[in-house]
Amino acid sequence: MSELMIEVSRDTYEQEVIQSDLPVLVDFWGPRCAPCLALMPEVEKLAQEYQGKVKFCKVNSKDNRRLVVELKVMALPTFLFYKGGEVVGKLVGAEATKENIVAKLQELVA
Amino acid sequence: MYDIVIIGGGPAGLTAGLYAGRAKLKTLIVEQLVAGGQAATTDLIENYPGVPEGSTGPDITERMEEQAKKFGCEFIMAEVTGVDFSGKEKVIKTTNGEFKAKAVIIASGATHRKLGCPGETEFTGRGVSYCATCDAAFYEDLPVAVVGGGDSAISAAIYLTKFASKVYVIHRRDALRATKVVQEKAFANPKIEIVWDSIVDEVKGSETVEALRIKNVKTGQFSDLPVNGVFMYVGLEPNTKFLNGHIKLDAKGYVPVTSNMETDVPGVFAAGDVTVKLLRQVVTAVGDGATAAVAAEKYIEDNF
Repeated sequence: MSELMIEVSRDTYEQEVIQSDLPVLVDFWGPRCAPCLALMPEVEKLAQEYQGKVKFCKVNSKDNRRLVVELKVMALPTFLFYKGGEVVGKLVGAEATKENIVAKLQELVA
Repeated sequence: MYDIVIIGGGPAGLTAGLYAGRAKLKTLIVEQLVAGGQAATTDLIENYPGVPEGSTGPDITERMEEQAKKFGCEFIMAEVTGVDFSGKEKVIKTTNGEFKAKAVIIASGATHRKLGCPGETEFTGRGVSYCATCDAAFYEDLPVAVVGGGDSAISAAIYLTKFASKVYVIHRRDALRATKVVQEKAFANPKIEIVWDSIVDEVKGSETVEALRIKNVKTGQFSDLPVNGVFMYVGLEPNTKFLNGHIKLDAKGYVPVTSNMETDVPGVFAAGDVTVKLLRQVVTAVGDGATAAVAAEKYIEDNF
């Protein structure tokens, strides 16, 4: 199921996220971030549910330090929501609950 | 209909789940985010008996989760939005449906409190953090501050030294509250500097945090401390808002319980950090959880 979420890096971010025709969710996670790891199976389920409507990407912040600094992501978990190459929503830390993610996804596809 | 619904999947809830599962009770744990609770975001736990080498919070709590599942405890990820304890059958309302139970164990724990100074909310996620294990890696070779003087604060400071160039601990008193062995580790760490008798007056920055305005409470003087991140560990707040008057709470919002973990409502028990108690740690939470499960089992036998 995890292939439903595209692992992106600094090299592929422009192409996969900014240039995407579909709206995009980007999940910033890290191997030591327990909330991130707990949330990921739920996000993968959402990826399946929104298949063809929203593109789901994830960034391992540990391996992509420069990218996360450029994007001003400084806390985990962080979710960025893109539409037409622009950030239209952001959920950080304790805000990043399944309920809030679903609400942002609904806005993306509305 | 469940025998027991447990609200919260931290050490107290997971242990209650284990005991209830072993008693062959149909049991559900409702957890909002991470099984393991606060402990899951703790780097090093070295005061849990039987683990002399110490362990990470996620490791201990994942094993607790596995153990509860092994004995048949069910899990669901949802936020509890309300309860109804007025009838014999207790109702738990969540974002993932309503559940009924013969008995309820409240193990919803506590979360890190906000400091409440200007700039804190504005810079949350842009330099202000409440989870060192989540965010420490963003501050590689940068100076950071930890606010607080208890075990969580000092442990977080020690963990942060693996990444940050410098870790200031800002504490409002002239002595730490943390356990002596934790204090000694901090004092011996050359990257940690303790800023005594001081409080954070304001978090300052433009796009991200750049400095803290510090007030020395003894001299009344203000100074700016340049840091790129600040980690708030200024105490806990119980997660009891969803109870909405259905059980008795103390003035701070914690649940008073008897030695059998009973609340003031028959059939409703509480365990772990959410209860009124002296020591809020994994080792006390698991004891509470076991007692609550056995007390709930006895309640069900006597009443159903």
